[in-house]
Amino acid sequence: MKDSTLVVAGLTTLAAGTYAFRLSGQLLRARITFPPRVAKLLEAAAVILLAALVATTALTEGHGFSGFARPAGVLVAGVLAWRKAPFLVVVLAAAGITALLRLLGVA
Amino acid sequence: MRSIWRTLDRRGLADIGLTCLAVFFIGLSYGAIAVASGFPLWVPAALSVLVLAGASEFLFIGIVAAGGSPIAAALAGLLVNSRHLPYGLALPPGVTGRGWRRLLGTHVMNDESVVFALAQPELPAKRAAYWACGLGVLACWPGGAVLGALIGSALHDTNAFGLDAMFPAVILALIVKDLRDARTRRAALAGAAIALAATPFLPAGLPVLLALAALVLLVRAPADASTRPDDEPAVALERTAR
Repeated sequence: MKDSTLVVAGLTTLAAGTYAFRLSGQLLRARITFPPRVAKLLEAAAVILLAALVATTALTEGHGFSGFARPAGVLVAGVLAWRKAPFLVVVLAAAGITALLRLLGVA
Repeated sequence: MRSIWRTLDRRGLADIGLTCLAVFFIGLSYGAIAVASGFPLWVPAALSVLVLAGASEFLFIGIVAAGGSPIAAALAGLLVNSRHLPYGLALPPGVTGRGWRRLLGTHVMNDESVVFALAQPELPAKRAAYWACGLGVLACWPGGAVLGALIGSALHDTNAFGLDAMFPAVILALIVKDLRDARTRRAALAGAAIALAATPFLPAGLPVLLALAALVLLVRAPADASTRPDDEPAVALERTAR
């Protein structure tokens, strides 16, 4: 493996920086009183981030396309969730459809 | 902590439990991959406890295993984790706890705990969901990583079980309630499109941040344009953050 000291330095940097990100948003929020409209926008911002996370983790792998099996599973899960299926059904359907497609040879 | 069990109903806890189970399985593959890439057990173990953010840890391991510098790998991981700053802005004050508890409450901020908190209507329920999910992930992610590293390459291909589809499905299931609001949905879809279009060209983490540009769709439209005859009320935009 790599030089352990360097790995420890990298690991510590990542851990400390991530904690700083987690803390600084809250501190900003506590310091400034946002009007309700802005508070709603901030919550919508989290939904936008999460939606972008869904799209990128479902459709991409590295810088390219993830293949069809995973987005197909997530799409089925999305339709089920929209139709108010139970959470367990939604999540297991995503894994099940994806696994099934891969079994059938769909990447 | 007892208030968590009182505030959340059985179904809410079951949903969080399932999510943590999914995190545990992803942790298994993470630990196995780390060891198979030549890292000793303590690296995924320490990363999983101290960083506690899966995507950035996979990236860190991947870059270092491919011969990259651990410092460069840390910076790439930080880029991925920068979304925690807007998460902190979005959480109503008090969700992450007060006083010394906040030290831990801050550490357990992740995609899952934030999305479960946002999905709850009231502050006590938001706080309970956040802590239940946050502590669950704190137990399951490192637990899965260590066990995966011990079992090693035996379960290298968790993709065969479709486990990689579970994370986006969990997040999607939890934001679907917000997406019933037409304006939020439009902005979310635009953000997702921006992130996807940027993915081939930008380093990991940046595309998701870039999605925030879609907020202009919500800023420009007048606030009371949202009074339209939808069958579902605009849940997301009616929640007030105290």
